[in-house]
Amino acid sequence: MELKLADYKSDLAPDWCPGCGDYGILSALQTALYKLGIEPSRAVLVSGIGCSAKTVHYAATYGIHTLHGRPLPVAQGVKLANPELTVVAMAGDGDGMGIGAGHFVGVGRRNPDLLYLIFNNEVYGMTKGQASPTLELGAQPKSLARPNLQSKVNPLMLAFASGFTFIARGYAYDVKNLARLMQQGIEHKGLAMIDILQPCPTYNNLHTREWFAPRVYDINAEGYDPRVPREMSDAERAERMARFTLKATEWGERIPTGVFWHADLPSFEERLGTFLPGYPKTAPSTRPPGGESERARALMRGHRVAK
Amino acid sequence: MNGMEPQVIDDFTWRVGGPQGGGIETAATLFAQVLARGGWWVGARREYHSNIMGRHSYLDVRAARRPTRAFFERVDLLAALDAETLARHLDEVKPGGVLVYDPDAARMPLSKLPMLDGAAYKRIAAALGGGDPVLERALERYRESDVRLVSLALEPLAREVGEAVGADAITAKKTLNTVAVAASLALLGYPLEFLDAALADQFAAKPKVAELNRKVAAEVYRRVEPLADVALEPIGSPGERIYINGSHASAMGKVAAGLGFMSYYPITPATDEPFYLEAHPESGVVVVQVEDELAAVNMAIGASMAGARAALTTSGPGFALMTEALGFAGLTETPLVVSLYQRGGPSTGLPTRTEQGDLRFALGAGHGDYPRAVLASASVEDAFADAALAMNLAARFQLPVVHLMDKYLASTTRVIEPFDTGTVVPDPGVVATDAKGVFPRFSLAAEGGVSPRIPVGTPGAGYWITSDEHDEIGHITEDPELRDAMMEKRAAKIEALRKWLGPEEMYRTHKPEAGTLVLGWGSTEGVTLEAMEGLDMGYVQVRFLLPFPDLEALLEGKRLVVLEYNQSGQFAHLLAQETGRKPDHLIVKYNGRPMTIEEVRAAFEAVLSGEAEAYTVLRAGV
Repeated sequence: MELKLADYKSDLAPDWCPGCGDYGILSALQTALYKLGIEPSRAVLVSGIGCSAKTVHYAATYGIHTLHGRPLPVAQGVKLANPELTVVAMAGDGDGMGIGAGHFVGVGRRNPDLLYLIFNNEVYGMTKGQASPTLELGAQPKSLARPNLQSKVNPLMLAFASGFTFIARGYAYDVKNLARLMQQGIEHKGLAMIDILQPCPTYNNLHTREWFAPRVYDINAEGYDPRVPREMSDAERAERMARFTLKATEWGERIPTGVFWHADLPSFEERLGTFLPGYPKTAPSTRPPGGESERARALMRGHRVAK
Repeated sequence: MNGMEPQVIDDFTWRVGGPQGGGIETAATLFAQVLARGGWWVGARREYHSNIMGRHSYLDVRAARRPTRAFFERVDLLAALDAETLARHLDEVKPGGVLVYDPDAARMPLSKLPMLDGAAYKRIAAALGGGDPVLERALERYRESDVRLVSLALEPLAREVGEAVGADAITAKKTLNTVAVAASLALLGYPLEFLDAALADQFAAKPKVAELNRKVAAEVYRRVEPLADVALEPIGSPGERIYINGSHASAMGKVAAGLGFMSYYPITPATDEPFYLEAHPESGVVVVQVEDELAAVNMAIGASMAGARAALTTSGPGFALMTEALGFAGLTETPLVVSLYQRGGPSTGLPTRTEQGDLRFALGAGHGDYPRAVLASASVEDAFADAALAMNLAARFQLPVVHLMDKYLASTTRVIEPFDTGTVVPDPGVVATDAKGVFPRFSLAAEGGVSPRIPVGTPGAGYWITSDEHDEIGHITEDPELRDAMMEKRAAKIEALRKWLGPEEMYRTHKPEAGTLVLGWGSTEGVTLEAMEGLDMGYVQVRFLLPFPDLEALLEGKRLVVLEYNQSGQFAHLLAQETGRKPDHLIVKYNGRPMTIEEVRAAFEAVLSGEAEAYTVLRAGV
């Protein structure tokens, strides 16, 4: 049966505020899955806590709405148990860059084959607009009692430092390009992260749709090549790292979007496969049942007093 | 061991002490293997500091003609590989026992022991008559308690013997542990061939090292005169027996029950389990070392949601970090097993010492009400069976199961009959076979609270999972009626689980007809049963702490004694809460050292003679 875009939409109506960037992200994700022809029942969306976390309920895939900060570990557990599934983890900026930041670094070091979306609106919307870790030092959106006393973290730079192999930025109101980025991120063999600029019409009166519109531009359309092959000279690598850093830290009159870094490293599943016989084919959720007793006996043989 | 005729030995304990990282564990394993090969039932326990190298560490290896599960305070032979061992174990060798020591060590003043901490220094100096005693005074003290002193410069002997069989000085020195074991066994008159075979096996991967050690062992046997009145002899064949500790048994039980996924963050004493599975890919388990315990627990939950049988190991501090996610597993009805290896708390506490201080924590961990099961293992055999049972309970009832272990079980290694892996059948739980379209994962048509389950990713179907309260397909709800229905559905699992288990799984008894009943849980069972031999007492091992077994009829009219490893009597409180019975006597220990047979025996005798207080603290141990 031919899949339709409508097959990726659940019966539940979103309860986000009118004008919220989350609508664009949901739509882009459904489009990306549809365009890739991924069966809805073979995709698992995993979110944390907050407005962004509700996204999973609006897609007709499997959806896991986890704890604050924990979508990445849950998503990795799903993926490593059943590597045949398409797994997309998502988190708000507080979720992903604050309470869950340790997992961001951890997952980067592993490079599992999954896509991670950061819904970046610089505020904690669900708890009425507190400063998130991506809010600039000194900024004071309308619900803050005083200007922000903490500097912001740059998700692109942190992803780079942590070893993510696909690093991109999208814009929630540019659904077409965002869907394209998501498609690329899902197709990438390894860990892909998209930092999504997502205006919060209710609590972030500084970085609004009107503020972003004239600033965002596509670096790939301007000729930026993100590809980083496995084999390259140190000089070439250094040049690409410098180029990445310049683009990833550009913020102001012009705000870059697109793919910044696209490297090629063995995924965590491949790394596991070099030690675990048959993995990923023998992954715990996909292998046929049976053999448990034999496996325990194999272990026990090593403990015999008289070999 | 006095008298000239060699005495028949039924039960013998060898203690080896030395600096951590110096290989005494290898020595103890070798000693244990040699005796096990001769048909002895061997148990070995390990005491160590939270330190990589240098701090005092020791192991007891007990060999008996019958299986044993506990240890004595006083040993038959103490092999002191350094001066600190000589100082720390005063009064811990039985009268007539043997001390093997290095004469150079005895010439050291106490203040020159580099790793001896201030509290121990003060205590030992006082015991030796004050001042800064030279350790000759320790030797006098041993002599006064009828300990026979055997002066053997083990390190020079290792060097000399090693070089005599053709090794260079550095390699020769590495044979010190073999020298210590060989010297001890030669003194006891145990046949060399068993040591020779054990060495060949221990160094099977390194034939040259094996050859050197075998030559060294033979040379030590030539030089060391056996004691005239002791003869430790082989008593049979080991047959199919295995030599295994609680950590490995627990890992094996999980594998037998279908374990597919384990994530972990390193913590003493819980990491041996995943570390062991990492080293054995034939287990088929995906093991992932992660960035913290939050990742560990949530990753295992994710794997379980996708259909893997998932488990974790941790100890108190790590479990504290996992509690939010434990509630997540409870609310989302996700099977999950946590083997909680208790160690001395609170906080970092005594990281390498034993305790049963996490009972109340395990029962109540997490916010809100959700069903869970809590069971405690008493032995290596239990560790295997309980780990498997925990996996099956988690799968069948779709809930978190806390499997309580402790440091004593983790690091006590015993010779036992092999596990009957055939008795473990992985329970698939209640699985929906014809799921199509939107699937009611949390269906309220649930017998015993258990809704039929399919893993996420099942083709052709779909549902949601949320950490919020939810409806039958997993969408968020705040509806008051649905909330009640869901809470009641989940809560129903506890009674269903109790019924499914039956009382025989929940507790076991030993001489329950006695007028005085000791109640214990976890690893106190071994020492209790041995300490009460011949006394008019019975014993109840409570295996399930949640749900709690129905004990009221059993305890009716009895004098009750509770024995446990924590200061406040956590189990005693639970017993009172569940049965209305407050124990007449509470015997506790919280210095981190295992209960000795002697001290538990003395405490029981005091109970029977009417001299015991309501609350007794056991304080033995180095």
